[in-house]
Amino acid sequence: MSAYILKRLLSIIPVLFGLSIIVFLVMSMIPGDPAIAILGSYATPENVERINRDLGLDKPLVQQYFIWIGNVVQGDFGRSFALNRPVLDEVLERFRATLILAGVALVLCSVMGLIAGVISAVRQFGWADKAITFVVLAGISMPSFWLGLILILLFAVRWRLLPASGMYAIYGGGDLKDLLLHLILPASTLAVVAAGVIARLTRAAMLEVLRQDFVRTARAKGLPERQVIYRHAFRAALVGVIPVIGIQAGFVLGGAVYIETVFQWPGIGAMLVKAISTRDILLVQGGVLIVASSHVLFNLAADVVQTMLDPRIRA
Amino acid sequence: MTDNAIQVRELTKTFGEGRSFLGRERHVVRAVDGISLALRSGETLAVVGESGSGKSTLARMLVGLEEPTSGEMFIAGRDAAGLRRRGPRAFGKIVQYVFQDPVASLNPRRTIQDILEVPLKLLNGYDAGRRRARMTELLDAVHMPADTLNRYPHEFSGGQAQRIAIARALAAEAQILILDEPVSALDVSVQAQVLLLLQDLKRRFGLSYLLISHDLAVVEAISDRVAVMLLGKVVEEAPVQEVFARPQNAYTRQLIASAPKLRASE
Amino acid sequence: MTVATSSGPTPAGSRNQVSAWRLLLNNRLAAVGLVLLSLLVLVALLAPLLPLPDPDATAPAERLQPVLSQGHLLGTDQLGRDILSRLTWGSRVSMAVGFAATLVAAAIGSTIGLVSGYAGGRTDNLMMRGVDMLMAFPYILLALAIVAALGPGLMNALYAIAIVNIPFFARNVRGVTLGLSHAEFVDAARLSGKGHLSIITTEVLPNVLPVIVITMSTTAGWMILETAGLSFLGLGAQPPQADLGSMLGEGRAQLFTAPQVSIVPGVMIFLIVISLNVLGDGIRDVLDPRLRSGALLRPGPRTEVHSDRAQPANGFPSAVLNVEGLETGFVRNGHYSSAVKAVSLHLHPGECLGLIGESGSGKSVTALSIMGLVNSPPGVIRNGGIYLHGDDVHSMPDTRLISCRGSRVAYIFQDPLTTLHPMHTIGRQVEEAISAHQRLDRRALQERSVALLERVGIRDARERAKHYPHQLSGGQRQRVGIAMALANDPDVIVADEPTTALDVTVQAQILGLLKELRRERGMALLFITHDFGVVAEICDRVAVMKDGVVVETGPTQELLADPQHDYTKRLIACVPEIGRGSDFLARVRSVFDAGNKP
Repeated sequence: MSAYILKRLLSIIPVLFGLSIIVFLVMSMIPGDPAIAILGSYATPENVERINRDLGLDKPLVQQYFIWIGNVVQGDFGRSFALNRPVLDEVLERFRATLILAGVALVLCSVMGLIAGVISAVRQFGWADKAITFVVLAGISMPSFWLGLILILLFAVRWRLLPASGMYAIYGGGDLKDLLLHLILPASTLAVVAAGVIARLTRAAMLEVLRQDFVRTARAKGLPERQVIYRHAFRAALVGVIPVIGIQAGFVLGGAVYIETVFQWPGIGAMLVKAISTRDILLVQGGVLIVASSHVLFNLAADVVQTMLDPRIRA
Repeated sequence: MTDNAIQVRELTKTFGEGRSFLGRERHVVRAVDGISLALRSGETLAVVGESGSGKSTLARMLVGLEEPTSGEMFIAGRDAAGLRRRGPRAFGKIVQYVFQDPVASLNPRRTIQDILEVPLKLLNGYDAGRRRARMTELLDAVHMPADTLNRYPHEFSGGQAQRIAIARALAAEAQILILDEPVSALDVSVQAQVLLLLQDLKRRFGLSYLLISHDLAVVEAISDRVAVMLLGKVVEEAPVQEVFARPQNAYTRQLIASAPKLRASE
Repeated sequence: MTVATSSGPTPAGSRNQVSAWRLLLNNRLAAVGLVLLSLLVLVALLAPLLPLPDPDATAPAERLQPVLSQGHLLGTDQLGRDILSRLTWGSRVSMAVGFAATLVAAAIGSTIGLVSGYAGGRTDNLMMRGVDMLMAFPYILLALAIVAALGPGLMNALYAIAIVNIPFFARNVRGVTLGLSHAEFVDAARLSGKGHLSIITTEVLPNVLPVIVITMSTTAGWMILETAGLSFLGLGAQPPQADLGSMLGEGRAQLFTAPQVSIVPGVMIFLIVISLNVLGDGIRDVLDPRLRSGALLRPGPRTEVHSDRAQPANGFPSAVLNVEGLETGFVRNGHYSSAVKAVSLHLHPGECLGLIGESGSGKSVTALSIMGLVNSPPGVIRNGGIYLHGDDVHSMPDTRLISCRGSRVAYIFQDPLTTLHPMHTIGRQVEEAISAHQRLDRRALQERSVALLERVGIRDARERAKHYPHQLSGGQRQRVGIAMALANDPDVIVADEPTTALDVTVQAQILGLLKELRRERGMALLFITHDFGVVAEICDRVAVMKDGVVVETGPTQELLADPQHDYTKRLIACVPEIGRGSDFLARVRSVFDAGNKP
């Protein structure tokens, strides 16, 4: 098992390498001269040339990439000119907030999705199935940022139950309880869509597995229905759902961009949106690379869990 | 040589060669391991074996669907390596294949006419009128009604679908047919009719058959000679009466003894 | 043989293709979605012709009018622009971008998937690695990065969203293509002289098309959501042009004072996307043959028994198992059709009865009906009584029936690879069969299970018990199946084609084992098969089934030597037999020639 994990860890190296190439290429597609963006009204030809030389932009693309990746490997992502601080410091600080939000949302959506999906399948066409199907359908059809706005209107403005934005209260607070209160709205909003997708897939997987021959064997042995469903069917269905949870991690991390903007959560998504509008390229580059790499690790974890559950893949 | 429809020498096919990503050596499977065989013109040669014996790989190599790792193949006196270089049409004109699962061998989204027209057009180059006439003849030869043409594969039973698949193989006007378990997916009564049809067609069109099968009783009923395969090798090859009357190889004896018999040994 | 095949293939295809629309409209939810979507598209298309005020005309004096105010049905926004008019024009933009992105992603992604899946090998590897790389980015993040590079704007948002969705098409299409490229009909087309391009376009593509359509219908909704999202962040539509997302984004500042400005466009997005999703589900249900055949219905713990079934009295009180007048059928699309009609069988203690028939004869359905194992829905036991030691099985309450399964009547199924649970060790599966009916501690359970595995001829049983089914050969797996059936010393074992999936040499071993066990334990065996040779080997008596009816029953040797019913005669004549040589064909010819005479 540990050999397998090591092998999988090694196999993500080329993926990370590829990611960095894509990020680099996408950023180098930016039209116009970054030096002009940086200098603004100070963009005299001499200044532009000096900045280009400082940033290594006068060199060929391949060389630029290797200089950049060499620095990145050493932890140097460059400096954000808008914030005037190292990119890595800013990104890591922001990423912590995003991880808290996305992590809670991911746990929330996995648990809710799996439970809803199983109930929905086992009670197919019953009222619980119909209610879940309806809620799920509405959930996946809703823009999450809009749902966030409505929740703010209801819970923060109208009923004054929960804070509308931010991670901690501005005065006082700062403890875990404060954080959790601030998390409730954004994390639930973020979890809704992913939970819907997981619930649908779990339902379909359960229904498919319940028709399979080995479930009939379990019944023929005389096992009670409860064991047939949870020990036999759910176990097999879960193997199909876990990679989907891995993919949902991507949706949750990405969706954080909207939610952080709506709830003014000081995460990396909100930072990226701002950095894009100020054309702070190095900050965008660093942020995207870090988030994408963490996504790769999430998927790796999902893979490993799947392998632990399914002896057939282990071979 | 000219008397042989198919002649293979030292034919070998291995799967999974090469190294994996991390440089570890992969498990190599010798599906076909140095086989030499000949199918004489006009005869039926049965290749018998259990699952994993390599009989289907052998069959697929003979029609160019699989490339041999080493060894020589001559089909209708022509070198298969040369045929392969000229593309699948060169193969299709001299040797055809009948698949085990007749329903899977017909594209569910094309009519029977679409399916039968392809070899007539691409292999024989017939014009539309000639194609139409040929299709009617072919369906008649396999005892299918003419209105078959406008229908889809799923509208037919397994036995009917196998007749259509045989008609497609005949459409190429090749003299050699590779029959890969042609009746093992069919019910017994249908199986008997298809075997009867194959026998009649062979006589009528002067065909040579290479029959792949796991069913000794079927083999005994319609073949002239038998080759028994085990783990990629031919362990016994002889005329059919001899194999059943005096099996030489221990594995052949085991196969014959294992086959269920209708009447308890008297 | 499975229930699905034995109940006869359901005609699908051309006829149903014509009625695909019908099926779609039969799905009420999908029909509602279709109507709603058509309406929205129509309004968006007709926007220039509708009597709406200029969407971009500002009127500071009339800013932030509430809903239903004079002249502004949905009020006005922060610049006094008419929200209804902006909504109509905005929907037009949002839908156009969303649908265009769907088409672009479908075209590029499907092409990649087709080529990759068909070519296989190195090409496939390379292309899929590229796709994986795109998938490695969190969904929206890549779109953000692309927009960041290309600059904000609606067209750039379109490109970004299309690129981000390419992997979904590429992966789905590749998966199906990979399977198809090894399909026998593709090989057949190659041998018929078709080239690669022609095979891809005329053989593979038509079969992949449903998958493309399904993927389009399920992703179109997301794409509209994502377009709106980018615009909401200010990276999509740029003022004065507006789509629904940018309206929402701009209205956000007035959330507390005039919530309708942002809520209304959100409702519109929601309506478009939900109608698309509902319609997409409907399309998927129509195009996916598994769903159409009811394969995704949840089967209950026991077969449904019709409330007013006829229940003939027990005619063989001495029999361990007696089936009287069994009729089992399937309900599909509200129509009932029977697969088994009036079957009566009985099994004396220790006896082996063969039940033989061709596919579609109803023999497996009969076997599964005994302990209520036919999947319901769609299965229904319409009539009949099944007496186990004189008690009617289908009058028993659930718990009683379940406790009889495995302990009084045990089953052995056809394909042991699919009938064993792939993720539990074989030892555990045998233990479970024991513990379902006997209370033993873990240690005793393990000992019993190992003993059983040894009894059925598994060597190194203690070691082997830790293996998973896929690590065993077919014959060994079937031995495990037999061990599970023996676990509680049942009175009856129902064996449903237990050797059909096996090679002849292995089949001979398994039949030998079953004979031995029967002698040793004195249990009765109901043996379902299509093979007269197997019947002759193992059965005392045999019942021949055709079209859901038993046509003839008798002692095995008598029936084989002197069949009475025409069908049985013909069937036996068609069985090739070792030792008959080419006489076989002559015999068959005479049978069919006789049959063809009027």
